[in-house]
Amino acid sequence: MSTVNVRLNVNGVEHSLDLEPRLLLVHALRDQLGLTGTHVGCDTSNCGACTIHMNGEAVKSCTILAVQAEDAELVTIEGLGTEDNLHPMQEAFWNNHGLQCGYCTPGMIMASAALLTENPNPTEHEVRHALEGNLCRCTGYHNIVKSVLDAAGQSSSEVTA
Amino acid sequence: MSVTEAPLGANVGSPLRRKEDPPLITGRGRYVDDIKLPGMLWASFVRSPEANAKITAVDTSAAVAREGITAVYVGEDMSDLGGPLPMAWAPPGVQVNNPDHWPLARGAVKHVGDPVAVVIGEDRYAVQDATEDVIVEYESLPAIVDPEAAIAGGPFVHESLGTNKVHEWTLAGGDVEQGFAEADVIVERRVVNHRIAGAPIECRGVIADYRAGSLTLYSATQVPHFVRLFMALLLGLGEDHVRVIAPDVGGGFGQKLQVYGEELLACWASRKLGLPVKWIETRSENMSVAHQGRDQISQVKMGAKRDGTITAFHVKILADFGAYNMILTPLIPSLGAFVMGGCYKIPNVQTDITGVFTNKCPTDAIRGAGRPEATQMIEVTVDQMAHELGMDPLEIRRKNFIPTEDFPAATATGVVYDSGNYHGTLDKLMEHVDVAEFRAEQEQLRTEGVYRGIGFCTWTEICGLAPSRVTGPAGVGVQAGLWESAMVRVHNTGAVTVYTGTSPHGQGLDTAMAQIVADRLGVDPRVVEVIHGDTSMGPEGRNTYGSRSLATGGEAVVKATDKVVAKAKAIVAAELEAAAEDIEVADGRFSVKGSPDKGMALADVAGVAYVGAVPEGMEPGLEETTFYDPENFVFPFGAHACVVDVDAETGKIKVLRYVAVDDCGPAINPMLIDGQIHGGVVHGIGQALYERVHYDDDGQLITGTFVDYALATAAELPSFETDRTETRSPVNSMGVKGVGEAGTIAASAVVTNAVIDALRPLGVEYINMPLSPMRVWNAIHNSEGASPEGGLSS
Repeated sequence: MSTVNVRLNVNGVEHSLDLEPRLLLVHALRDQLGLTGTHVGCDTSNCGACTIHMNGEAVKSCTILAVQAEDAELVTIEGLGTEDNLHPMQEAFWNNHGLQCGYCTPGMIMASAALLTENPNPTEHEVRHALEGNLCRCTGYHNIVKSVLDAAGQSSSEVTA
Repeated sequence: MSVTEAPLGANVGSPLRRKEDPPLITGRGRYVDDIKLPGMLWASFVRSPEANAKITAVDTSAAVAREGITAVYVGEDMSDLGGPLPMAWAPPGVQVNNPDHWPLARGAVKHVGDPVAVVIGEDRYAVQDATEDVIVEYESLPAIVDPEAAIAGGPFVHESLGTNKVHEWTLAGGDVEQGFAEADVIVERRVVNHRIAGAPIECRGVIADYRAGSLTLYSATQVPHFVRLFMALLLGLGEDHVRVIAPDVGGGFGQKLQVYGEELLACWASRKLGLPVKWIETRSENMSVAHQGRDQISQVKMGAKRDGTITAFHVKILADFGAYNMILTPLIPSLGAFVMGGCYKIPNVQTDITGVFTNKCPTDAIRGAGRPEATQMIEVTVDQMAHELGMDPLEIRRKNFIPTEDFPAATATGVVYDSGNYHGTLDKLMEHVDVAEFRAEQEQLRTEGVYRGIGFCTWTEICGLAPSRVTGPAGVGVQAGLWESAMVRVHNTGAVTVYTGTSPHGQGLDTAMAQIVADRLGVDPRVVEVIHGDTSMGPEGRNTYGSRSLATGGEAVVKATDKVVAKAKAIVAAELEAAAEDIEVADGRFSVKGSPDKGMALADVAGVAYVGAVPEGMEPGLEETTFYDPENFVFPFGAHACVVDVDAETGKIKVLRYVAVDDCGPAINPMLIDGQIHGGVVHGIGQALYERVHYDDDGQLITGTFVDYALATAAELPSFETDRTETRSPVNSMGVKGVGEAGTIAASAVVTNAVIDALRPLGVEYINMPLSPMRVWNAIHNSEGASPEGGLSS
């Protein structure tokens, strides 16, 4: 299979890669660059586990070819924060038990972080609708929504005795 | 809200944030697809588009000829296997028809997705391309899709059996006919509990690496120890030469409680080719071939006296097992039979189960496994009985609850519930839900054309699998003991490693077990590492399913820790010239009672143990192992309520409120309990309202992707209200019960009851799930309450 040269800027690092034109961006990130924090959970762009930031916006990296991402600024979960320097959204997910198996989590965190950039004070309703492109089977979304509202400095409508 | 730390000795009961999370929130988890080995090949399957067909020819030549393709195999190439894929249930005295089931089809395919060939090559995309070049010729046969037609006669899924029946199994107590004779009112229902998917967000995946006589298999599995056993048996290897690793696993929900053909095939191919072989399942494959759940059609009959006393409950279940038996397929409905009386004192209870083959994906355990089905049958029927008796639905429940003073309570079928306080959870629920106020509001809204309903479910279940004497070969017939192991090692430095034979995959057991151990050893849980999911580390284990990891696995951890503590106390007593019984663990030290300044930190005790300066006759080291086999199951319980609005014009349902009061004994970490309830409840709401695996009349799968299979998103759901009561189980020392399946077991019934409550004024008495807008609309318009024009009077 013939390849083309693609420059990818990921987490502030420039990469030059020879890739098949049909290669999905998510596979370039995972298999070529070893950034395995971005996950694949479906083949119809429903689950959102592959969500990253492209020029500051949340996108599903399974619906973009790597060649289409040339010269864009890409940020993956690895570039958002590290264990020693967590992004507030990562911290909020940890504090609010916003994850269980962790598989949807990178996508959820990236989508949630992008939401707060766009809308720093969302209502619970707005959070729920903003995340409808990200599926989670473990949490029932309750603590994910709570995490996002916590990161935004708000509390959810939860009534827990 | 979680906490970052609790005082030494007071970690149990604290909502400690999870030890598991830092790698997972930073993209540093390690799932199977994140692992790459040198020389690794990729596998991709050629799968049947036919529901039922003979394979007349397979031409692999074009695929093999493609660049980068190493090999293409068909079923006949695997003639050296030690046997077919396992089914591990052999109930004494019951015939279970169990046709051979191979990793690649041999001569015939039995459901859409059945694997016919596998392509192995150098690249993820290249192997998928090459599958298109494998030419398979089929001779189509009529698809057997409807389980009721399948049980009535031919044609047969497996012709050599001469029947589609898998087995018949009955659990009965008392005399249901006598009970019905004593009843004043009988309620009968045909309850369809439709087929659903497990749908973990991580699909399945494996990497098999066979080299120099030893096999390492990475698999996204809940059961690495079971997988190791069967890989060894079927490949003719010693178990000592097989290592199975479940790395981070992205959810299971029962779907990954299995020994799958793809696992076996990858191992077999790696041995044949001398290179590692990786297979990562696509979502479309997962929806068509990873085992599914539920799929029961039941005739349900309940009798009660005029005063509401339930006299008998009889259910006849026809369970659609799909095309083959998987590891525990025919056992699953029986798990419901063990609690078919629910939390009620019913003197006569009988469950008759018939399993049937159809040309569909096999079923097996999916979250709740038999118990959501049982709860649905009990709880919708109790509601209808209350309606027919003119009783309040909560009053009939309270009237029939097993009295708190009866526990441990033997039920009609001989199953002994360990502990319960059903009035207690319902009382607690009533602190959150003002029913009188709701009824007034409901009445008012109806005059405005708004159909709001409230549903209740009081339930119990059986989990904490399992006492081996009950579940084992001579008991129910599972061909395994279901004990659990633990090993606790205190290192030279005082750091602690816990090895559990369970294999958690999102439940938070690393944190819960660390809390348990930390308190007993007087250390910070951050210095307690919990290791699981690797068959070469720690003792033999029995893995994670059936809400067992805390009640059974956690209790094993307690027992191993207690042995370590006893040894540490003996060492400290000798060092400090005190009696061992006078040593206590307080403020992070082993000290002499009454003289807190006289003591040793765990690290100092370990130092003595490892330099060998131990008392005469004692072995050096500070490490202990336990195998724990529980005396009984545990029986969590709860009371849930749900409020819904039904749009009578469109049939659309909106969940407005969901309140869950659960009792799983004393909390180790209440934050984790809430998390399990939230997720479990959504699994049940999802089944009630949205999710359905659907095959058409030709056996074609309609719901093959996440476009067609409707998992609930955040946008459809409210936030939940959770509360707890704590009733100790007498079965284990912590008094704990499982909670992983609880929410799912309760939720589909409570949602159904809420919808029916909303629609009763329109004459609707029952709708089978999923309560889709079309079904609800049809029910409204077909009911007696609908006006002749089909419009609605308000």
